[in-house]
Amino acid sequence: MNNFAYSKAADVNDAVSQTSSATDNKIIAGGTNIIDLLKYFVTEADTLVDINQIKEAKGITELPDGGLRLGALHTNADTAYNPLVEERYPLLSKAILAGASAQIRNMATNGGNLLQRTRCYYFYDIHTPCNKREPGSGCSAIQGYNRIHAILGHSEDCIAVFPSDMCVALTALDALINITGTDGERTLAFADFHRLPGDTPHLDNNLRKGEVITSINLPGRAFNKNFSYLKLRDRSSYSFALISVASAFDLENNIIKESRIALGGVAHKPWRSKEAEDFLMNKEANEQHFAAAADIILKGAEGFEHNNFKVELAKKAIIRNCLMALDPKSQRPGAKPSL
Amino acid sequence: MAQNKKQALTLRVNGQDHQLEILPWVSLLDALRDRIHLTGTKKGCDHGQCGACTVLVDGKRTLSCLTLAVMKEGSEITTIEGISKDGKLHPVQQAFIDHDAFQCGYCTPGQICSAVGLLSENRAESREEVQELMSGNLCRCGANRGIINAVMAVKENKAYE
Repeated sequence: MNNFAYSKAADVNDAVSQTSSATDNKIIAGGTNIIDLLKYFVTEADTLVDINQIKEAKGITELPDGGLRLGALHTNADTAYNPLVEERYPLLSKAILAGASAQIRNMATNGGNLLQRTRCYYFYDIHTPCNKREPGSGCSAIQGYNRIHAILGHSEDCIAVFPSDMCVALTALDALINITGTDGERTLAFADFHRLPGDTPHLDNNLRKGEVITSINLPGRAFNKNFSYLKLRDRSSYSFALISVASAFDLENNIIKESRIALGGVAHKPWRSKEAEDFLMNKEANEQHFAAAADIILKGAEGFEHNNFKVELAKKAIIRNCLMALDPKSQRPGAKPSL
Repeated sequence: MAQNKKQALTLRVNGQDHQLEILPWVSLLDALRDRIHLTGTKKGCDHGQCGACTVLVDGKRTLSCLTLAVMKEGSEITTIEGISKDGKLHPVQQAFIDHDAFQCGYCTPGQICSAVGLLSENRAESREEVQELMSGNLCRCGANRGIINAVMAVKENKAYE
C-alpha cells in the first residue's frame, strides 16, 4: 500500500469537506474492498477518511410509507438479519446472504457495497492494460480470459461486470440512494446510480467527487410473498456470481399483477428490463411466460470466447428463479438452485 | 488532522491493553503478529479470500487482514490465544480435536474463531446452513468434513457445553 494518512470524519459535512478537496482523499468504512485495492496498488490515497463515527449514516429506521431507511454504515450482516428487513424485504436479505462470506458481511457496509469495484482479473493486475484502471490503455479481457465477464451492455472499451448481490435486489426493489455533497443533499433512483461502461469505463457510478452516500430508502412496496434470489457460480459458496437473478411477483390467483426481475453478473450494473416486466403483466405465472420474459431480458446478449455459455445459463436461471419465487420455501442457503 | 506518521494507539486484545505506535496502513493482522507477537492468527492470502486471519472484534468474526489497526482502538479483540478460558479448552477447540477437524493446522485458528462467531450469531441450524456460514474459511487439506462435524457436535451435543 502507498503511505497514506488517516483521519476520522466527525460528521457528514466533515467527510464531504475532507474528500472534496484537490487532494486524493478516499473514504473508508468497512474497508473490505478498498484495503484490498490499496494492497494491489490498483488504487491509492493521500488520506483515508474514516466515516464510521457518522451518526446520520447509521441504523435502520421505518419510513412513513411503510418503507425502510437503511443507514449507509449499517453492515451487510446486520441489514440481512434485521427483523424488519427479513419480514418486509426477504429478497434483499437473501441476496445479501448470497454475497461474500460471514466475516466480510460482518465488516462490509451498505454504502460500501454500492461502491465496490469490479473483480475483473485484469483490473486487479496492474501489469496489464485496463481502461477502467488506466483510461486509454486498452481492455485485456475482450481478447483474454473472460469467463466472468459481461454479456449485456458492454462496450469495446470494457466488458467488466459489477459484482454485488445486494444491489441486484435493491435494483429489483426500486431503492433510492440518499447522497450528501458540497451542494447539499440529493436522491438518486437505484437504476440511475451505476453506469454502463461506454467509453468512460473508469466511472463505475454517478457519485461526484466529495459526495457521500448516507442511506438507502426501500419503498413501501415489499414483495414478501413471492420472491427468490438465485446465484450460480464456480463454487457452491463464497465466490462471485456467473449469473444471479432476483425475482419478485405480486400475484392474484396466479396471475401476475406486478413483476420484478433483475440480473447480476451479466453487466456493468444490475440489469433490469421494463419491457419484460410489462410483458408479464396480467399473464399467468408459468414456465412458458417466464421463458418468453427471459428472451426479452436477454435480447441483444452477446458473450465472448469464454463466457458465451452465460447467455443460455442466464435464460435457464431466470426461468428457474421465477419458478422458485412461486414457492419461496424452495430457496436454499447460499442461494443455490432449488432441489 | 490527517497524519501519515506513527500514531499512538491502544489495542485491547484478549482482555489486555497494548500501547503501540503504529503507521496508518498496518493491518490488524500484522499488528497482532509482528507487534503484539500473537502469532496464532495466520496470514494466508492477505486479501480476504481464505479466512485464516479471522479474529473476533467485539464478538463478531472479522478478517484481520482487511482491517486497519488504527480503526480498532476501543474494540475488544479476541484471537485464538484468547479463546480458551482458565486453562480449559473452548468447546469448539475440544470438538476440533475429537472430530479430526484439521490436518496441517494452518487454517485452524481462523476456523475456530469463525466457528465461535457462528455459534454466537445463532443463525445456522441445519448442516447445510453451517456449511454455508463457514464458507469464508478455506481448508486446503480438505478437512472440511471434520470441521463441519465438529461445529455440528458443539451445536447438538451437551457434552461440549
